[in-house]
Amino acid sequence: MTQALVIRGGTIIDAIGSRTQDIAVVDGVLLAHEDAPSSAQEVDASGCVVSTGLVDLHTHLGEPGDEAAETMTSGGRAAVLGGFTTVLAMPDTLPAVDTAAVVEHVRKLAEAALCHVEVAGCVTVGRTGGHLAPLGELAAVGVRYVSDCDAGIQSPLLLRRALEYARPFGITIAQPANSLELSTDAQMHEGEWSSRLGLPGTPAEAEEIMVMRDVALARLTGAKLHFQTLSTAGSFAIVGAARRSGLPVSAEIASHHLALCDADLAGYDTNKKVVPPLRDMSDKVAGQAAVADQSIDCIVSDHTPQSTDRKERPFDHAEPGSVGLETALAVALTQNIEIKHVLRAMSWRPAELLGLGSPTERAITPGARADLTIIDPQESFTVSTTSLATTGTNSAFQGQELRGRVRATIVDGRLVVDGGQVQA
Amino acid sequence: MNHLLSIDELSEADLREVLRITPTFAEVAQRRIAKVPALRGQTVALLFYEDSTRTRLSFEVAAKRLSADTLNVSVKTSSVNKGESLRDTAETIEAMGIDAVVVRHRSSGVPWQLTKWVDAAVVNAGDGWHQHPTQALLDCFTLQQKLGDLSGSHILMVGDIKHSRVARSNVSALTMLGAEVTLVAPPTLLPPAIHTWPVRTSHDLDKALATADGVYLLRMQSERQNEALIPDLREYTTLYGLTAERAAKLDPTVPIMHPGPMNRGVEIAADVPDLDQVIVVDQVRNGVAVRMAVLFLLLGSGGSDLPPNAAPQAVLV
Repeated sequence: MTQALVIRGGTIIDAIGSRTQDIAVVDGVLLAHEDAPSSAQEVDASGCVVSTGLVDLHTHLGEPGDEAAETMTSGGRAAVLGGFTTVLAMPDTLPAVDTAAVVEHVRKLAEAALCHVEVAGCVTVGRTGGHLAPLGELAAVGVRYVSDCDAGIQSPLLLRRALEYARPFGITIAQPANSLELSTDAQMHEGEWSSRLGLPGTPAEAEEIMVMRDVALARLTGAKLHFQTLSTAGSFAIVGAARRSGLPVSAEIASHHLALCDADLAGYDTNKKVVPPLRDMSDKVAGQAAVADQSIDCIVSDHTPQSTDRKERPFDHAEPGSVGLETALAVALTQNIEIKHVLRAMSWRPAELLGLGSPTERAITPGARADLTIIDPQESFTVSTTSLATTGTNSAFQGQELRGRVRATIVDGRLVVDGGQVQA
Repeated sequence: MNHLLSIDELSEADLREVLRITPTFAEVAQRRIAKVPALRGQTVALLFYEDSTRTRLSFEVAAKRLSADTLNVSVKTSSVNKGESLRDTAETIEAMGIDAVVVRHRSSGVPWQLTKWVDAAVVNAGDGWHQHPTQALLDCFTLQQKLGDLSGSHILMVGDIKHSRVARSNVSALTMLGAEVTLVAPPTLLPPAIHTWPVRTSHDLDKALATADGVYLLRMQSERQNEALIPDLREYTTLYGLTAERAAKLDPTVPIMHPGPMNRGVEIAADVPDLDQVIVVDQVRNGVAVRMAVLFLLLGSGGSDLPPNAAPQAVLV
């Protein structure tokens, strides 16, 4: 038997609604608080929001292949400190996750993580955009998402085939949207700031024409398509319209796109070099609105740890990406996005897309699986890469004050974070 | 001022101060012993990641005329690979007790990054497509010598604006001094958000030349045709080159400038550089004096303590 907990004084916010109610956790399952054994450990949630565990659809964990940047252990600690009880590990590892054997290997490694790790597969062998990966074999071992990461699949024919072939397996093809040719040498968003800073840019249209194309292919094939890390107002509008017309498309935005824009690159801070790039101020504002109006389903961390040496280079040679697991929730809350929209985008909807249960199935009621996140929405903290649990030192929010802190995280009934600290 | 990174970071007062004290340093070059002790005991590192004979020599002469020691650090382009840490290089230089680092790099932003890792004054000698502030200072100084106060004067910059740090720096400096700037280029060689710049644009060189008080030609690189930015150099010359016919129509008092090296027969017809109104040699000469002024303001005993209207003569004896 795992530890028994009773969570007192918090406000539960889930798909059912908002209510002040205590809840017990026994053997990894939620129980009514009256049913807690007298030995149950008290968890003080006063002033806090009790949510179903956060789920990140876009995490790069480094292991296997890039252990200098992150391991399952360090990435798992970062995840639970950020309130995530489940993360979807991207397949751009070494080796790439393109066979069932690699899936099993990564799952074995992921036992070292404090959170649940779901494993995404590749669309093509070695993520090269050549032959299709064995999607049936991947589906058979439980893979639900496949992505080639980076710029995604450039060939419209290959994407069409992947969508068609994947449909009977119920696998979702996840695609970043970026026309590589229109982004040649791009270091940032093309606009006033790229013109001023003398850096080659990529226009919003390089993303939007791929979103239009991929929506058309989703319509043609009827297959499930998920857009990864969309970043422009035009993309949000196209995807929102496609969803409202009933197409099986979904989309995510990275937390940093809710808070930063191209003007923030004025000091050439390579930790703010991300792909897709930080966009115009108007895109940032549109992204916040798209989360609220559900044109965008999910907010993701796009956690991309890098070792210091890969960032301390000239801007055009620095590797892109920012760590995000420990800041994503606070970034969204700091932008004054209503907490129920944040929780829908960071817990209910990604869990549903990942097949972990509908928002009502996962609601905080007796009998549900005890993956919970307890959030103090008012507590502020200053981001310091030296105090983050991730091995990556590349936070786009280094030195910034954020509001909204994870007080406790419960994974499978186990209190892995308490008082904002990992419980070893 | 602690560093010279960009014209955009200078106030109009800073800019005018550099131009105001430059003649004093130009005068040093006329002396029998063209050397003053202003920066004796100080060391200036010339950190050039990109070949540039004329800019490096200009800074070296400027530093030496002020009695500073110079240290040439040429980093071959081929060794600037992805594995090299900029920080390691910066900290190595810092450990040697350098007072100023003059840096040229093919990547935009490198001088900014260096300021995070070194205490020395950083002078940007050209970063990527971004800035080349001493070039703009010397160009403004040279234009003022010919035209007087630049307020209201109409200056054309012709050519590859998009990839040009010279253009970015000069647009800022010239407009700060009150000049009206027109950029003449095909749309493919203008920066994407050109409407946010305080300039006019034109695709008709003949029309623009008719009202120009000064003409600044930029170097046209042949690789631009490989990127489909222009069809070929012949068409570029026809539309945007200063041909002999265009030069003949120009008032002989209108100065013609170029940052060098010139592609004769491309942006400028072969014989045009020999006209008296082409003042490329003045630009090079003034470059040394402007760079002396910059190094003096950054490192001289006055430095930022220099009273606003003080003449630097006192320390130049």
